[in-house]
Amino acid sequence: MLLYILKRLLYVTPVAFGVSVVCFALVHLAPGDPLSAVLPADATQATIDEMRAAYGFDKPLPVQYAIWLWHVLQGDLGISIATGRPVLGEVSRAVVNSLILASVATLIGFTFGTLFGFVAGYHRNSILDRAASALSVFGVSVPHYWLGMVLVIIFSATLGWLPPTGAGPDGSGNWRPDFEHLRYIILPAVTMSVIPTGIIARTVRALVADILSQDFVEALRAKGMNEWGVFKHVVRNAAPTALAIMGLQLGYLLGGSILIETVFAWPGTGFLLNAAIFQRDLPLLQGSILVLAMFFVGLNLIVDVMQTALDPRIERA
Amino acid sequence: MFSTAKRLGTRAVLAGALTVSGAVPGALAQGVLRIGMTASDIPLTTGQADNGGEGMRFTGYTVYDGLVNWDLSSADKPSDIVPGLAESWTVDPSDRTKWTFKIRPGVKFHDGSDFTAESVVWNLDKLLKNESPQYDPRQSAQGRTRIPAVASYRALDPMTLEVVTKAPDATLLYQLAWIMMSSPAQWEKLGKSWDAFAKTPSGTGPWKMTLFAPRERAEMVPNANYWDKARVPKLDKLVLVPLPEANARVAALRSGQVDWIEAPAPDAVASLKSAGFKIVTNAYPHNWTWHLSRIEGSPWNDIRVRKAANLAIDREGLKELLGGLAIPAKGFMPPGHQWFGKPTFDVTYDPEAAKKLMAEAGYTPQKPLAIKVGISASGSGQMQPLPMNEFVQQSLAEVGFKVDFEVVEWNTLINIWRAGAKADISRGVSAINYSYFIQDPFTGYIRHLQCNLAPPNGTNWGYYCDPAMDKLFDGVRNAFDKSEQEKVLKQVHEKFVDDALFVMITHDVNPRAMSAKVKGFTQAQNWFQDFSNITMATAGR
Repeated sequence: MLLYILKRLLYVTPVAFGVSVVCFALVHLAPGDPLSAVLPADATQATIDEMRAAYGFDKPLPVQYAIWLWHVLQGDLGISIATGRPVLGEVSRAVVNSLILASVATLIGFTFGTLFGFVAGYHRNSILDRAASALSVFGVSVPHYWLGMVLVIIFSATLGWLPPTGAGPDGSGNWRPDFEHLRYIILPAVTMSVIPTGIIARTVRALVADILSQDFVEALRAKGMNEWGVFKHVVRNAAPTALAIMGLQLGYLLGGSILIETVFAWPGTGFLLNAAIFQRDLPLLQGSILVLAMFFVGLNLIVDVMQTALDPRIERA
Repeated sequence: MFSTAKRLGTRAVLAGALTVSGAVPGALAQGVLRIGMTASDIPLTTGQADNGGEGMRFTGYTVYDGLVNWDLSSADKPSDIVPGLAESWTVDPSDRTKWTFKIRPGVKFHDGSDFTAESVVWNLDKLLKNESPQYDPRQSAQGRTRIPAVASYRALDPMTLEVVTKAPDATLLYQLAWIMMSSPAQWEKLGKSWDAFAKTPSGTGPWKMTLFAPRERAEMVPNANYWDKARVPKLDKLVLVPLPEANARVAALRSGQVDWIEAPAPDAVASLKSAGFKIVTNAYPHNWTWHLSRIEGSPWNDIRVRKAANLAIDREGLKELLGGLAIPAKGFMPPGHQWFGKPTFDVTYDPEAAKKLMAEAGYTPQKPLAIKVGISASGSGQMQPLPMNEFVQQSLAEVGFKVDFEVVEWNTLINIWRAGAKADISRGVSAINYSYFIQDPFTGYIRHLQCNLAPPNGTNWGYYCDPAMDKLFDGVRNAFDKSEQEKVLKQVHEKFVDDALFVMITHDVNPRAMSAKVKGFTQAQNWFQDFSNITMATAGR
C-alpha cells in the first residue's frame, strides 16, 4: 500500500508540472496589459517601462516562468499587482470561504435532493413524482445568476429578511457559524444548491425505483418486514452511489461559482478570480488557478488512495 | 494600537450592522454612512490612490490633503482650486519657473507629527526619486504622471517650500492638487514599510482611517483636529464597501446594507426613485466623445465632415436612452463651465445642415462616407458604450456616414489610445470613443492637442497639430494671473468648438443613489466630493 501511495505521488509530479505550465501560459495568452490595473491610463512610456521592469514583465516568458515556479516551490505565489498583497494570503482566505459556501450548498442539495428522490422513487408516476421531477429539471436548468437576483429581489429588497451581499455583518471574510453570519450564507448557498439538488434528486429517484423493483425487496416484504425496515434496506443500497454523486458535486462547487459569488459579493475564489480577470492581475490569476488545480489534483490522489484501501483489486490493476 | 482600533471598530460596526441588517428593524446606527463603491477592492490607502477618480475620491481626498485642494463646497458652479496645506504661494517675477509656497502652520498628521516643507519634499521624493528610501513604485505609478512640470523642489525653511518647473507653467497648481501628503513619521514608525502604512495610514485629511480590510471594507472616523474647522466631519463614521457588480450595489442599497451607492445602473433609477431613494446628479468635468484621427488621409481632416458629424447627433434622444442621466454636449466642456467661452459654432441637432455640409464634402446617405471607429463594450467613465455608439451610428447614417465599429476590450482601447492613430494596434480606425477627465487644463486639453505630445511623447492620439492652438497653450502656461488664464482657456475652448476638433456627444452626470436618511450632501461639479457636512437622519428609508 505504501509503495502504491509513493507511486501515485510520483505520478502527481508531472501532472503538477503540467498544471503549472498551463496556468502560467493561459493567463499570458489572454489579451490585455497586466499593468493597466496599477497605471493611470495616461501613464508615460517611461513609467510603463519602469513598472514593467519592477514586476519582471520585461523578461522573456520562459525566464518569467522559471522565476515564478521557483517562488511557487518555496510557497510564494507572488504579490498581487492590483493590491500589492501576497497572493497566497488572498487565495487561502478565498478558498476557505468557497469551501464553506460549497459545503453548505452541498448539504442543502443533498438533503433536498435525497428527499425529492425518495419521494419520487417511492411514488413513481404519481403527482408527487412529477412534481419532484419538475423541480429537479428546474434545478438543473435554471441560470444561477438569474435565480440569485430573483432571490435577492424577493428576500432582500422586498421583504428585507436577508442581507444580499457579503459574508458577514462586519464585512469580514472570516465567516463564523453564528446566527448573524448564517443569514449571509443562506441566499448564495440556496442559489448554489439548486444544481446538486436536481442532480441528486434524479439520481436517487432512479436508484430507489431500481432497488424497489428488485427481488430482495419483494422477499423482505414477503417475510413480513414492515415498510420502515424495507426503507432502511433501500437507503443502505442507495447510499454509496448517492454519496459518490454528492462528493462529485462538492468538488465542482469548490471551484467557486464566479457568477454566484459576484452577484452576492461572496469573498470566495469565484469573486477573487472575477476581480483578477477584470484587473488583469496576472500573479493573482495564476496563483488562484494553480491553487484550485492543485486542489483537484490532491483530491484525485486522495480518492485514488481511498478507493485502493477499500478495494485492493484497484492497486493490482 | 492597530489591533485595538480594529477590534473596537469591528465591534462598533458589528453592533451597527446587527441593527441595520434587519435584526432590529428601524434602529439605525446614528451618524454612520456606508457607501457601496464600484471598485472591486479598497483603493490604495497610502496617499496616491489607485482606481482612478473613485479611488482619489474615497481614500485620497478623505485621509489626505494636497498643497492645494479642490473647493467642493458648491453644487452650483464648477469647482476651483483653493489653498490646502499651502496657505499661499508666489511666483518669482524674474524667473517664472520658481514657485514659493508658504506652508500652513499648525497642521499635524493623524499620528501627531508636524506637517512641514520637509514633509512635502519627502512626499515628492516618494514619487519622483527612485533612489530615495521612501520611493514607492505603486504610488509613483499614480502620481508621477500628474506633475510633469516639476523639475526640482527644496525646503527653504520648515515652513517655506520652493518648486522649480521645467518651463514657466501656470498649470502647476492643478497638477499639485493631485499630490497627497503621507506622514513620514508614521512610515518610519512602521518600519519603513508601505504595506504596513496601508493598514494604518496617516495623512492630514478630515478623516482618519481606523479599519482597512482588503476587498471588504474600510472605516474612517472624523479627524477632530482637522485644520479647516468648516470641514471637520459631522458623521460618526464613514464606511466604504467595494461592490463592483451594479445589481449587487442596488440590492445592497434597497436592503439597507449600505446607505449610498455609486453609479446605479440607469435601468434601476426609476425603481429606486419610486422606492423613496434619492438619485443625486450634477454636471462635472467629464466628456464622452469621439476623438478624431488627423493623420494624413483621415476623412476628419475636412472641417465640413467634422461639423456635419457634430450636427447630426440627436443628443436629446441619447439622453432619453440613458434615462435622463446625461447632459447633451454643447462643446467639449459642459455648458456653464467657466472655460466655456462663446464659441460661434452651435453644437446642436440639425440634420439638414449636416446633410448640406456632407453634400459639399461629396457624400450623401446614398453615397456615404465609410468610417471605422474603435469602441469598447464597457470601461471606466464610458457610460453605456454599446447602445450609445449604436445610437450615434444611426444618427450619422441619416446624413451620409456609414460607421463600422471595431469593438475591443476596454484595456485594449486604452492601449490603442496610448499608441496613437498611426500605430498598427489602432487597426485603421479613424476615431475612438473615449471618456475624458477634463478637470484641469493639462488633462482637459493640452495632452490631447499639443503638437509635441503625439505618441510616444503623450496621448495626442489623433496627431492633431495646429501652431495656433500650441500658441494658446503657451498662453495658458504663461498666464499666472487667474482671470488672465481663464480668458485664454476660454479661447482654447472656442477654438476647439469652432474647429469641431472632436465629435462632442455628451457628459455624464456622476449619478449616485442614496437613502433619504442621508442629509447635507452637496454634489460638487467635480470628480471628487466632500463628505464632511453629511449627517444621517434617524427616520426614513
